[in-house]
Amino acid sequence: MRKLLFESLIRPPLTERPPRVSDAAVDELARALNGVAHRRLGRSLSIRAVDAGSCNGCELEMHALNNAFYDIERFGIRFVASPRHADVLLVTGPVTKNMRDALKRTYDATPNPKWVVALGDCALNGGCFAGSYAVVGGVSEALPVDLHIPGCPPPPIEILKGLLALLEGVNSRAAIARA
Amino acid sequence: MPALTDLILAAEGVDNHLPWPRAVVTSKEWSFAVEQLAEGHWSLLGLWGEPGTVHMALLDEAVWDIGVVSLLCPDGRYPSVGLLHPPALRLERAVADLFGLLPQGAPDTRRWLDHGHWGVSFPLSARVQTAAAAAPPYQFLPVEGESLHQIPVGPVHAGIIEPGHFRFTASGETVVRLEEGLGYTHKGMEGLMAGSDIDHAAKLAGRTSGDSTVAYALAFCRAVEAALGIEVPARAVWLRALMAELERLANHLGDIGAICNDAAFALMHAHCGVLRERVLRASDAAFGHRLMRDRVVPGGVAIDLNDEGTTAIRSLIAEIRQRFPALVELYDNTASLQDRTVATGRLRVELARQYRAGGYVGRASGRDFDARRSLAYPPYDALNFNVPLLQEGDVNARVWIRIHEVEQSLSLVEQILRQLPGGPIRVDFARTGGPHEGMALVEGFRGDILAWLRIGKSGLIERCHLRDPSWFQWPLLEAAIEGNIVADFPLCNKSFNCSYSGHDL
Repeated sequence: MRKLLFESLIRPPLTERPPRVSDAAVDELARALNGVAHRRLGRSLSIRAVDAGSCNGCELEMHALNNAFYDIERFGIRFVASPRHADVLLVTGPVTKNMRDALKRTYDATPNPKWVVALGDCALNGGCFAGSYAVVGGVSEALPVDLHIPGCPPPPIEILKGLLALLEGVNSRAAIARA
Repeated sequence: MPALTDLILAAEGVDNHLPWPRAVVTSKEWSFAVEQLAEGHWSLLGLWGEPGTVHMALLDEAVWDIGVVSLLCPDGRYPSVGLLHPPALRLERAVADLFGLLPQGAPDTRRWLDHGHWGVSFPLSARVQTAAAAAPPYQFLPVEGESLHQIPVGPVHAGIIEPGHFRFTASGETVVRLEEGLGYTHKGMEGLMAGSDIDHAAKLAGRTSGDSTVAYALAFCRAVEAALGIEVPARAVWLRALMAELERLANHLGDIGAICNDAAFALMHAHCGVLRERVLRASDAAFGHRLMRDRVVPGGVAIDLNDEGTTAIRSLIAEIRQRFPALVELYDNTASLQDRTVATGRLRVELARQYRAGGYVGRASGRDFDARRSLAYPPYDALNFNVPLLQEGDVNARVWIRIHEVEQSLSLVEQILRQLPGGPIRVDFARTGGPHEGMALVEGFRGDILAWLRIGKSGLIERCHLRDPSWFQWPLLEAAIEGNIVADFPLCNKSFNCSYSGHDL
């Protein structure tokens, strides 16, 4: 173990430069965030991931955000265990009918101000599962959605771009409010 | 003892079911097959329904025979398999929910996938009932004894994981019973596949379980190709295996780190996470998608491997070979970690055999089965690899099986790159009208995945059933956790790493 730890002292970090925030995501964000109480967030963002029926692909890429390459916590973004600690619900999947209640209850347990980010193609409109007897459809069928990050699944860098856009939107609005 | 072949030959055979035979049996023959299962002579590969018919895929391990027996049940009833052979219980409950076919004498008739929210009952049966009756509250199995308490967990868990419900009954810190409640991610996959064209169904199959997207697409495509008699180009066959091994590598590396992380040993998690990410990036460079989704398609593969991709994979293998041994050594020499994994969550050899547990769950408990070797589908018949086997059945053994399989997969990837034949990567096939039936058994990272399908007169998928290895692993987790402390559940759970989405379908 000492050898591994020593190596990490002398090797450069694997962590990569932050991605440029995509303009489309900022635009979508600007529309979505209508300037309510963003000041309270400061420079941190706590995310509660909710799988509302995904195939688990989006979750795998969400996990990847925590690895040494993306190291999402350096942006002040972290995944939390309880909706009560969360600012953002990151929801995946074509919401299944069996998960709709649990998703709503998770949303209700999240304190205001809160945002919902729908992650992945299924979360937009059900994707290839749309029309099934067991599926509600996109996340917006169950909750008000503030931002959608497309992809099947979106690669970590795209998730990161979306989340940074969310943060930047929140912070710039807070700056405007302060000025 | 009669062989499975004898039973199938004696019964009324079905034409165009490939590569293994299917026969329509009488209820007496059905019951005979159930007895063979209960006595451990045969293994249950799958049990699924269709309006008015129930099917059972069987494996005779003595001679490696596989066959499907089907029982017509016009009155909606059939003799229960689960009554004598418990591994069939949840499959029967799923068939009852979807098709309204009732297993006679089944000891457990509670709903399984249907939680009463669909708005329809028996959605895949001939008599779909709208405005479903309100579901009675789910009754967990009773537990009796002094000072027992229950801990309900889920369906929303405290991490980035799939939804499911766990009901623990504990005496102090010790778990006396765990009961699982699944079905939360049921997306109606089989309903969506019925009537869809082959390419669309292949896309759906690749989204059954996100971490096994290659394995599922492969199982589905092999079943289609068996049904239609399609000869896949050699290069495509080898590229498919290359993708399957990359998928296995990524998942095993992720799991090894995640299991250690659940024992609060974050260093392993960080290093394994780096290696996993490297695999995903190499896969992206080689096949244009980190998880290689939609890359295995009916008739071959969707994308060819170029020199750049080959270089990416070669340098990936070199890096893992360089870095992984130090991690294995770290795992092996850290007493605080071993203290958590050794003798924890022990799965008995007899149970693994009875439930025919696949993958690392079975192989850590002495079950020597790997579809890549036992059925030797190409190109594995031309490759050298070992199937690791341990008897301990604890968390530690499941970690070690993964470690050995990482080493085997590294060697397999190298062999494939060395021997990769040239030529076309996909063959067009005629959309002939059916009925054609096909079946395939493919080794995913989690265990063997079964795909069975029928292509109808119109050339569309008429019925498709995909069986995840987790169907036979989830119940074993309930057994393995018994007598362990609640705090060890994450370790047990992660070392099984059963699929929710693949199971719920």
